[in-house]
Parts: sequence; structure tokens; C-alpha cells
Amino acid sequence: MKRFLGFVKKEFFHIFRDRRSLFILFGMPVAQILLFGFAITNEINNVDIAILDHSKDATTKEIIQKIDASNYFSIQQFLDRETDIETIFKKGKVKAVLTFEKDFSSKLVRDNNASVQIITDATDPNTANTISNYVNSILQHYQAEQNKDIQLPYQIIPQTRMAYNPELKSVFMFVPGVMTIILMLVSAMMTSISITREKEQGTMEILLVSPLNPFQVIIGKVVPYIFLSVINAIIIVLLSIYVFEMPVHGSLILLGFESVLFIVTSLALGILISTIAATQQTAMMISLMGLMLPVILLSGFIFPISSMPAPLQVISHIVPAKWFIIIIKGIMLKGVDLTYVWKETLILLGMTLFFIGLSVKKYKTRLE
Amino acid sequence: MKIIRYIIQKEFRQIFRNKGMLPIIFVLPLLQLIILSNAATYEVKNIQFSYIDHNQSSSSRALIEKFEASTYFQVTERFSSMKAASTAMLKGDVDVILEIPQHFERELHRDQKTDLGITIDAIDGAAAGVTSVYINQILFSYNKNIRSKLLQNNTDRTQLVNISSIPSFWYNETLNYKTFMVPGILVLLVTMITLFLAAMNIVREKEIGTLEQINVTPIKKHQFIIGKLFPFWVIGMGLLTIGLIIAKIIFNVPMLGSLPLMYAYTSIYILVILGMGLFISNFTDTQQQAMFIAWFFMVIFILMSGLFTPIESMPGWAQLLTEFNPIKYFVEVMRMLMLKGASFYDILPQFTKTLVYALIMNGLAVWSYKKTS
Repeated sequence: MKRFLGFVKKEFFHIFRDRRSLFILFGMPVAQILLFGFAITNEINNVDIAILDHSKDATTKEIIQKIDASNYFSIQQFLDRETDIETIFKKGKVKAVLTFEKDFSSKLVRDNNASVQIITDATDPNTANTISNYVNSILQHYQAEQNKDIQLPYQIIPQTRMAYNPELKSVFMFVPGVMTIILMLVSAMMTSISITREKEQGTMEILLVSPLNPFQVIIGKVVPYIFLSVINAIIIVLLSIYVFEMPVHGSLILLGFESVLFIVTSLALGILISTIAATQQTAMMISLMGLMLPVILLSGFIFPISSMPAPLQVISHIVPAKWFIIIIKGIMLKGVDLTYVWKETLILLGMTLFFIGLSVKKYKTRLE
Repeated sequence: MKIIRYIIQKEFRQIFRNKGMLPIIFVLPLLQLIILSNAATYEVKNIQFSYIDHNQSSSSRALIEKFEASTYFQVTERFSSMKAASTAMLKGDVDVILEIPQHFERELHRDQKTDLGITIDAIDGAAAGVTSVYINQILFSYNKNIRSKLLQNNTDRTQLVNISSIPSFWYNETLNYKTFMVPGILVLLVTMITLFLAAMNIVREKEIGTLEQINVTPIKKHQFIIGKLFPFWVIGMGLLTIGLIIAKIIFNVPMLGSLPLMYAYTSIYILVILGMGLFISNFTDTQQQAMFIAWFFMVIFILMSGLFTPIESMPGWAQLLTEFNPIKYFVEVMRMLMLKGASFYDILPQFTKTLVYALIMNGLAVWSYKKTS
């Protein structure tokens, strides 16, 4: 035990001696979570649009004013010809053009019916669809105002309640996601590098002939990183509570326990990578290329998993980050206890054991 | 020139000798392009729908049938109380709870209006907003049907002012997400590979100690840098080519713009990334540090590129920051060229900015590279 402690101490010295890495280790997650918490949102507002008004009468002016007044749109340009639409779309800034037909006002008075064409640049399907929905709701609002004297019979009035996130803040989505990415990548990357580094520099041989058994060597290498990652997790949770006003409805202790579990899972994955990779370069490329995009895309961090094609939903099951995101959202936003997330917890636990088991099997105590 | 050629030859040999690295450089990115492009969709489908029917009348059943018929919703469960339904939502089993009040039918017929309780799991705010729109559409059409059924001889309705809107989606009528995502994800993969390889390469020689050996040779600074970076430039261009072929064959992404223009832009773009990699490796001592820094910038570049979330929605200061994000320009250019068939004139602003960026980045990198330690 004393030998083991000595080894852990040596590892700590190694880490703390490298001031620059240490600074990166703590400074970067903080910078990232602040940056992303404030900057990223999948809400759509201030979209640049243009207007092509063939009638230019009182009604169209009124509607245009309503559209300009909304937060969603800012009118950039008034066009004169249909052919201009293609030109401004190619420039890429303007995302939609509203076209009012000729004699809009008089048609509306005479036939009670007039039409607006919403032409969107649908290279981005999400924005295009949302713009179209927003314009529709502004138009509907306008119509309701015009029709307000007429009482509609047989009305069903939906009372919609947005549970857990009444203001539909996108921070609630992004902060747990960014936290997961940071913990996952930092932990997996750090361990995989630190072990392959010993291999590459030839010092692994020295460790292997020491009286420590290989298992102790690995554990001793991982312990300092658990410690560092926990500090990172604490900083991130504090930031999300005090800076982003994320609620923690559930128990902080459970949140802590789950975070440690996830950190251990990531570290175990890092160890596994290091048993496969021969050089630091390979280890880093696997942990960066192999993990970064799958973790961002298949974890439910940005894109809802339930909308993906079935095979991808199956693949997403093997991404540990997916389960951790479910757990932290549950604890922080829904205030659930372990009885609700035991399944996800067991899956993470199982993955950890699997990674460790596989690494032990692959771990070579002899150099060829 | 001869010296540069030898260095390039050496670098290529080193890359192709490392059997562990080859699949990571060539197979992994393409595999990800094929798989992950399918994952990136904001469409909201398969909404798990549950309901509590306190009324159990023909009207309430007809309403549920409407939801069953919709392709967006999967009617999963019928609960007897709100408590049971809330528990299911806490577990994450259901996304929507519709509560039909006890006197739904009677109120509708007698009082002319009735409430309907809807609870949506809104942790994913954007998806919840879309779900709410879908629900309202179904309710609206159901409401309209009932109204016209109950008012056979309605004369009021002709007096309603009606503005009809005709949406038309240009360049992508079917709102296919893949044509939008494939060019973007290809950009990410090309960037990641070139940046990581370049950032690690020179610092590796430093760490192993072989850089000193090279420094004492008569090889000049510029020869060494060009020789080191050129292979990665080739790899980047190669990846782009294979990626474009995959985009065309598997995803059938349109390629309206000019290919030579795309290659011309990419060749300058990769220079920016290589310069950045070299710059990073000049300021670090170990591969670990270099990797951390490359990773830090990569995550920022990816998430602030406008690839997954719109840039226009970011606060002003963040939009200003994205001006320094090379990936943003590359994503824009690729989408404009492939999907809209933009001309050189259309992408001129991005082209110039990237060119200036390349000059500055490489200037800094060469300036900060020192042969002596």
C-alpha cells in the first residue's frame, strides 16, 4: 500500500510540474462552458429577410410593420423584381423573402382572401421551416385581430404547460451537453495519453519491472486524473448553477456520485484506448477523432435521438455520454432520485466494468 | 527544391509506415461521414404521446384518433390519473400528456368553449416548441371539423378575413437535412484530420528529440516547414475528394457549383489550418499540450461554425467571434457552392477573408518557428 501511495504521489508531481498542461486542463473547460452557455442556442431570432411587395398598400404596410416589430425577423431589403430573389439568396445573408400579391388590400376586402408567399432558402431546412411557422403565426395573429368582432362558436382552447422548462431556454439543453463533452474528452484523452507516453518513452518497462503489480500501476496512473476531473466537474456545476441559473431540483450528492461514475467510465475508456495504441499520436487521434463527433452528435446533446433513423438509435446506446446526459438532466431539471435513473446508472457501471475488463485482458505485461 | 522533396518523401513514408494511424486518417472520417450525417436532424418525430381521458365520450375518442393518425405522434399509453402520467414523464417515457377534462363534450356543446390540458416535456426547448405547433395544428383541424359539423348552415364564416400563406422552400423542396449536413460534416472531418496531424507532427519531433538533429542540418527553415506540411495538405485534399464522391453516391447531394472553384478555395483553406497547427506546435513542448490546445479550438470552431446552430441567433459579441472561425467560412462556401451553385463573385467575401487568414496565420507560424531552442 505504501508503495502504491508513493507511486500515486509521483504521478501527482508529474501533473503539477507541467504548469502549462494544468492551466489548459482547468482554464479551457471554464472558458468553453462560459462561451457556449452564452453563445449557442438553437432558437431562431433576428433572421434577415427581404420583402417583395407587389401592392404596396395600407394592409401590406401594416403586416410588414408587424413582422419588423417581432424579434424573429429583421427586414434587410425591399425588392422590386422576382428575379432579385435568386441573387440575394446566392449571397447567403437573407434567408427568406415574403411576397405579397398584387392588389392585396382590395382582394382582402372584396373576396375576404389574399395570399402571401413565403419563399425560404431551404438549404438549412430547420431555419426555413421555423421561419415559415413564425410568419404564419404572425399572419394568424393579424387575422385574429381583424376578426375579433366575430365570436367563434365551439372553441377548444388548449392550455399548454411546458414542463421543467417553462421559458424554453436552450441553456437547459446545452449546459449538460457541454459538461458531458468536456468531462468525457478530457478524461479519456488524459489517461490514454499518459499511459502511452510511458510506453513511447520507454519508461513503461521500468514500471513493469518494479514491485508494483500491473494493476496497481494502472490504478495509480488513473487516481490523479479522477481527482482532477472531479474538480473540473465541481467547477462546471457551480458555473451552471450560479452563472446560468440552472436549477438543481434533485440531490447534489446523487449528482456528485453520478458524475464520479461517468468520470470513471471515461477514464476506463481512456485506459482501453491506451492498450490499443502504441504511440501518443495514435492514442490522441483515436480519442479525438473517434470520440469528438460521435459524442456531439449521438448523445442527444444537440439533436434529439428519438428522431434519428432506427439503426442510429441503436448505435447511440453504446455512447456513454447519452446515458450521462439523461441522468444529469433528470437530476438537475426534473429533480428525480435514483429510483428513476437506476437503469442508466447500471448501464454506465456495466460499461465501466466492460472497459476495465477488456483493458486487463489486452494489457501486456511484457514488451515484445 | 531537392531537399524539400526528400523531406516530403520521408514524411509520407513515416505516415504510411504507421499501420495504426492509417485507418484513423482514412477510414474513420469517412465512416463518420456516412453514419453521422444521418444523425444530425432537427426534425421532431416519434413523439411519445399519452393521454388521460376523464370524459370518455365520442368526441374525446375522436380527438385521440386524430393523434393516432398523425405520423408525428406515437400514442403510447392511456393513464387513469395525472399522477401516473407525471411519473412516466419524469422517467422520460412520454413526451406529451393530453388531459381531457370530465365535461369536455358537454361544455363544448353547451358553453361553446372548453379547455384542454396539455403538458409537454420542455427540457429540449426547441423540440418542445415544434411539438406544441404540431399539437395545435391537430387541435385546430379537429376544432374546425366539429364546428362545421355542428353548424351545418353557417353564414358567419364567409365574413372572416383570411390571409393564406404559400410556403415555398427553395434549393431543398423536401427539406432534406442530409444535403444540408453532409457538406458541413465533411468540412469538419477534413479540418480535424489536418489540424490534429499538423499540430502533433513537429512537437513530436521536439519531444522525441529528433528536431534537434534536423536543426543542425543545413535544411533551411522554409524548406523544413514546407516539407513537413505539404503531406498533410495532400491528405486533406484527398479526404475532400473521397468525401465528395461519398456525398454524391450515397447521399446524392447536389453539386451545382463549380468543382475547380471548390478545390481552389479548399487548397487555401487547408493552408489556414496547417498554419494554425504549426503555430500551436511552436508554442508547446509536449504532444499532450499541443493536443489539448488543438482540441480546445476545435470544439469552439465546431460549435460556433453555424453548422449545427444558427449564427444569427447568437448574441452580438459571439457573432463577432465567429468572424475568426475558419470553419464557418468553409461551411458557408461548401453549402453555397454545392447546394446553390454560387459563383466566384458570390463567395468572394469568404474567399478574401480566408486568403488573408492564411497569410497571417502562416506568417505568424513561420515567424515563431525557431531553429534554435
